[in-house]
Amino acid sequence: MSKSGKTYHRADEPIFWGLFGAGGVVAAFATPALILITGILVPLGVLQLDYASVNAFASNWLGKIILLAVIAFPMWHACHRIFHAMHDLKIDTARGFFKLFWYGMAFVVSIAAGAYLIAI
Amino acid sequence: MSKRKPYVKPMPANWFMANRFHTLYMLREGTSIFVGLYSLIMLWGLAALVKGEAAWNNWLGHMENPIYIGFHLIALVACLYHAITWFSLAPKAMHLQKGDQKISDKPVVVGHYIVFVIATIVILGFVAWGGAA
Amino acid sequence: MNSAMMRVKVQRYRPEQDDAPFMQEFEVPYADDMSIIDALHYIKDNLDGTLSYRWSCRMAICGSCGYMVNGVPKLGCKTFLRDYLNTGITVESLANFPIERDLVADIGDFVEKLEEIKPYIIRQDAVSVDDGEHLQTPAQLTRYRQYSLCINCGLCYAACPQYGLNNEFMGPAALTLLHRYNQDSRDQGRDERIDIVNAEEGVWGCTFVGYCSEVCPKGVDPASAIQQGKVESSTDFVMSKLRPRRPS
Repeated sequence: MSKSGKTYHRADEPIFWGLFGAGGVVAAFATPALILITGILVPLGVLQLDYASVNAFASNWLGKIILLAVIAFPMWHACHRIFHAMHDLKIDTARGFFKLFWYGMAFVVSIAAGAYLIAI
Repeated sequence: MSKRKPYVKPMPANWFMANRFHTLYMLREGTSIFVGLYSLIMLWGLAALVKGEAAWNNWLGHMENPIYIGFHLIALVACLYHAITWFSLAPKAMHLQKGDQKISDKPVVVGHYIVFVIATIVILGFVAWGGAA
Repeated sequence: MNSAMMRVKVQRYRPEQDDAPFMQEFEVPYADDMSIIDALHYIKDNLDGTLSYRWSCRMAICGSCGYMVNGVPKLGCKTFLRDYLNTGITVESLANFPIERDLVADIGDFVEKLEEIKPYIIRQDAVSVDDGEHLQTPAQLTRYRQYSLCINCGLCYAACPQYGLNNEFMGPAALTLLHRYNQDSRDQGRDERIDIVNAEEGVWGCTFVGYCSEVCPKGVDPASAIQQGKVESSTDFVMSKLRPRRPS
């Protein structure tokens, strides 16, 4: 009981904050190098990502875990920030819908990435 | 009767433009758009990989489009800005002390940069020297 | 402009006659050691005696003279005209608080929030005065000392857009004071405060803008206290799933 007698409800933020934090770490340490490789150096022909090598990497269980981590966590990170940025921009309508929308998107991307990796 | 009439200033939706620190905060939050889009691009690549070699090469071909290269250049800058802000804020989440003295944030921040450099070299080296094979 | 004079724009609001605040310009004599409150004193004594503003100690410990100086939350006593020679000076009341009159902000909501978090040592076991004082080592003091230096000036609330967007949020100073008592080795009141920490109005209303720590005139670093509160709340979240806490 607080001094004012107001009751406080436990927020479910810890779940999303945890995923946001994990994504923030991946996006800070790994994503810059990945963007440099897949988005710049490979398209410019400096580095190669041939099908056989990448397929071999994604067939390995450790490779699968790494790929899932670098795809799914940053997505949670991004969706969490965008959801909160909407409030910062004073877009507060249909808060419940947008919460479901953004975190749902991160969830779908995670499941899709997991399913693709299992399929390889 | 009370003469009180407190005036509440309205907060405009573009409040963050009025203060440099707040502008940089929104810029930091905005980097997440690029982080999210890059995740989707990687998911697209993964889907292509599952489909087979032709689809994979097709995805690589899309990446050579100047629009995608331009996007990735901006995304790289955004991601680096995210990393800088992330590293500078990371020590705030923990209280470290040695004996009676609080340890300053600096060694923790420097440690993050060292890990960043190592991680970047390892990832680039892994791809460059055929570690994937 | 006379070389020895400086223009200062001051926010005015007289509730009995004005519908909204407006800016009024004054010319004050310039000196290298002149602070914002010195300039306000000059205006009140020589130019317009109706100007209202809060101040007291003149030495950054009472926390009364918080104003927005060129849009940045500052203490009037430790902000000097000499640092604004090129930009000019605009003084307004603290942002995110209702304006009571001129530069006087209504910080009542902030004071209520400070009370709400029970900012005092709570003991579960009754200790008699005859048992002596609660001893604390310097290492135990270090755990919370930084957070105990707050002077309740409210600059962090004026810096915090989350408080501005939604004043249900407990805000930087109150959450920092909460953390300060939770970290005190003499305190046993964590269970009485954790519900506030865990709430949307608690640490989860913060998006780590970090400006509170930037503007704090005492180096308290509220952002770090709240961030550590998030870690504590997350731990409590997991623990509550594993071993539900008995209702208090």
